[in-house]
Amino acid sequence: MSHISPVLWQFLVKWLTYFALFPPEASKIAPQMDALYFFMVLVSLIGLTVVTLLVISFSILYSKKRHPVAEQIEGSTLLEATWTIIPLGLFLVMFVWGALIYFRVFTPPANAMNIYVVGKQWMWKAEHPGGQHEINSLHVPSGRAVQLTLISQDVFHSFSIPAFRVKREAIPGRYTTVWFEATTPGTYHLFCTQYCGTAHSQMIGDIVVLTPEDYRKWLANSTSGASLAQNGERLFASLSCVACHNTRPDARGPSLANVYGAKLPLASGGTVTADDAYLREAILNPSQHVTQGYAPIMPTYQGQVSEEGIIALVEYIKNLNSDYRIQQTTNTTDLLPEGEARPASAPKVAPAAPERLKP
Amino acid sequence: MSDTIVSLPDQSTARIPKDNFITRENGLLSWLLTGDHKRIAILYLISLSFFFFIGGALAGLIRLELLTPQSDLMATDTYNKVFTMHGVIMVFFFLVPSVPATLGNFLIPLMIGAKDLALPKVNLLSWYLYVAGGLLTLYTMATGGVDTGWTFTTPLSTHYVNTNVLTTGLAVFIAGFSSIFTGLNFIVTIHKMRAPGMTWFRLPLFVWAHYAASILMVLATPVVAIAIVLVALERTIGIGVFDPTKGGDPLLFQHLFWFYSHPAVYIMILPGMGVISEVISTFSRKRVFGYTAVAFSSVAIAVFGFFVWAHHMFIMGVSNYAVLIFSLLTMLVAVPSAIKIFNWTFTLYKGSITFETPMLYAFGFMGLFTIGGMTGVFLGTSGTDIHLTETYFIVAHFHFVMVGGMLMAFLAGLHFWWPKITGRMYPEKISQMAAVVTFIGFNLTFFPQFILGTLGMPRRYAAYPPEFQVLNVFSTAGATILGVGYLLPVLYLVWSLKYGAIAGGNPWQATGLEWQTQSPPLTENFVKMPIMDHEAYDYEWLEHQTEERKKEVASAG
Repeated sequence: MSHISPVLWQFLVKWLTYFALFPPEASKIAPQMDALYFFMVLVSLIGLTVVTLLVISFSILYSKKRHPVAEQIEGSTLLEATWTIIPLGLFLVMFVWGALIYFRVFTPPANAMNIYVVGKQWMWKAEHPGGQHEINSLHVPSGRAVQLTLISQDVFHSFSIPAFRVKREAIPGRYTTVWFEATTPGTYHLFCTQYCGTAHSQMIGDIVVLTPEDYRKWLANSTSGASLAQNGERLFASLSCVACHNTRPDARGPSLANVYGAKLPLASGGTVTADDAYLREAILNPSQHVTQGYAPIMPTYQGQVSEEGIIALVEYIKNLNSDYRIQQTTNTTDLLPEGEARPASAPKVAPAAPERLKP
Repeated sequence: MSDTIVSLPDQSTARIPKDNFITRENGLLSWLLTGDHKRIAILYLISLSFFFFIGGALAGLIRLELLTPQSDLMATDTYNKVFTMHGVIMVFFFLVPSVPATLGNFLIPLMIGAKDLALPKVNLLSWYLYVAGGLLTLYTMATGGVDTGWTFTTPLSTHYVNTNVLTTGLAVFIAGFSSIFTGLNFIVTIHKMRAPGMTWFRLPLFVWAHYAASILMVLATPVVAIAIVLVALERTIGIGVFDPTKGGDPLLFQHLFWFYSHPAVYIMILPGMGVISEVISTFSRKRVFGYTAVAFSSVAIAVFGFFVWAHHMFIMGVSNYAVLIFSLLTMLVAVPSAIKIFNWTFTLYKGSITFETPMLYAFGFMGLFTIGGMTGVFLGTSGTDIHLTETYFIVAHFHFVMVGGMLMAFLAGLHFWWPKITGRMYPEKISQMAAVVTFIGFNLTFFPQFILGTLGMPRRYAAYPPEFQVLNVFSTAGATILGVGYLLPVLYLVWSLKYGAIAGGNPWQATGLEWQTQSPPLTENFVKMPIMDHEAYDYEWLEHQTEERKKEVASAG
């Protein structure tokens, strides 16, 4: 092949190697979305063919040579109705079909495991509930529903996994969620698809889908020793949250046990469901979310705690199911000379609450 | 060219009329201080073409960088500035004013039988605002550019970039007023200055399309102006409208921005659709099929166009039910576009068709706009939008609509009315060739991007995974051809100013009032006030007129 230019040769080889019209289907939703996609491609091709054939055949049949004098036609209500109703009908089919898929993608099943993802210029940080964290990669098990709770620390980012046909904006100051169930183990692209400044195109990574067994191994090997909730507990102590939210009778703040998911009465009237978003807001803008019976004395933690920190705190609060659990945190903090001094020891003396010791 | 409809005067004796709007006054000041809509249109044409080629050069840089997977031609910051400036210049300084400010400005008074636009001085002011905005943009570019993307997304634009956001914002703000004034001028003119007998349903569809676009300009542009002011205030004095740490809503900016920028798409495309209606009717010698349907579909697009903006934000955490509503409304706005395509197609039916350059561009428009429109439905469908949005699929989609649609329509219109504007014909053969080259180059550039987008390649990436390279090479190769396709008209149109055949009043034997006066027209447009005594696109009336005139000439001679 010496007579072919090497550049051209390389190009042809690349073309043949990488030839693809759509990305791999590696999630449960992918084939469903592709079905709609191909339906729309088909409709478009038919539409385009009809228009092209009509234009070409009219151009041949009624060219000036063949048809020197035009016949004036005003229009036709029947034809107008036809090409109003048929496209409208097809578009409505696409709308309904698309909406079904959209709701599926953004309505996670109740049993989905949650992974937090924080986007920041220019990296993706994933926080697993077991305390494993990764940058610019995400390990997930196949065959299990995984929900991502996303937030951005600075500008808009967008978490895109083409092989899963899933994408969600990471927004500053607001949690968004998306879920998927990976089907095929392998490594897939992760892109930031929302323009986010200088290194936007380097805000990429790998989605690694592992078999459940490999995933367990990965979890065991990647643990940092403390779970996300335990990290939260440490923060809860070191940020002195526990000074007020301590379950004592004279506590200046409400007990946070069983608060997650509960309906809280607000001092301003009305109630609010304590979800991730509310807890985050209550930490950052406490004066606007005072619960009934308490004074608005909590200072703002705006700028003092990172999004990862807030996630850890929320995860800690999520797992608080008894006042006793909080007392343990209080006691642990009291025992330590400095909450921050020996952080690694904190989780060790705070094991899962043994119910039988409950006073 | 025996099958041509061109009816040129006898070239050996033909003369450009001595008194016309170009020769009436001389000197630079007579142009810079003119109130004549035709002269202002020409000022616009020159300045628009200038900005188009700057925007085009930036596009060339983008395609060169994307020839290889690595970010190697320029620093990523530079790349970000290049695509931002490409977007800003092309959208605000070319696409939005392109057809309305040049062809619309030149033709609306002629088409409705008026002497000028209702507010000639406001018209001139529009041009000065446009130029001021444009120069400010160039100044911004020269002093370091801006890298927010043309969408100015907060909080990136308010807190995270150190480039010239304020001057660019100001430039867009100023250009916005140019657009508002143009729209206002058109609305007033179309309402108040129609010649006797020119009822609403005798208006050429070009005028209907501009009327619809003008409503959008006047109502939507102020919103983007406000959004830009808010960005500027947040950037300078730190008010917290969009900043979440101050209780602001970063998504609010996108609502405001797209409340303008989605209708802006129709500001760009509607006038183009108006051009296509005129061209297809003239070269198939037939009244546009379903005149009322086409007229009302323009208005329908304008009205529905206001209520679809949130389809740019399906994955951004707006409520699922809002997504449902905006997706449905998006489907509704697609229907009038489909109606137009079929009406143009059936205008050809039983016509007597010739294939001059404007018609070739119009055919190109129909094909590319159909693809652009259909792929818009892919994105308006909420389910598939999740996968396709923010990728090259979007880039390909809006370039099919804006470049494949709008730019083809602009070139169709420019060739179609060139004899009216300059009094001379463009050279037919080479223009037909340029139209074909543009069509091929366009498809090669942008079709591969649909596949890239489906594969997941994100937009605004300076570097990309190597498996996407082949399609990017195709795209860059296509852009080179497209560049040639756009340079050719500049060369031969300039050539034709001196050497083109003399056109006479109505070389295409078209029915519009603008063709019933001399080329180039008088400053007053018509010798005496025309009276519209026939429907639009009445070719039998025209034939009758021509017969009469022949008889007159014969009896006089």
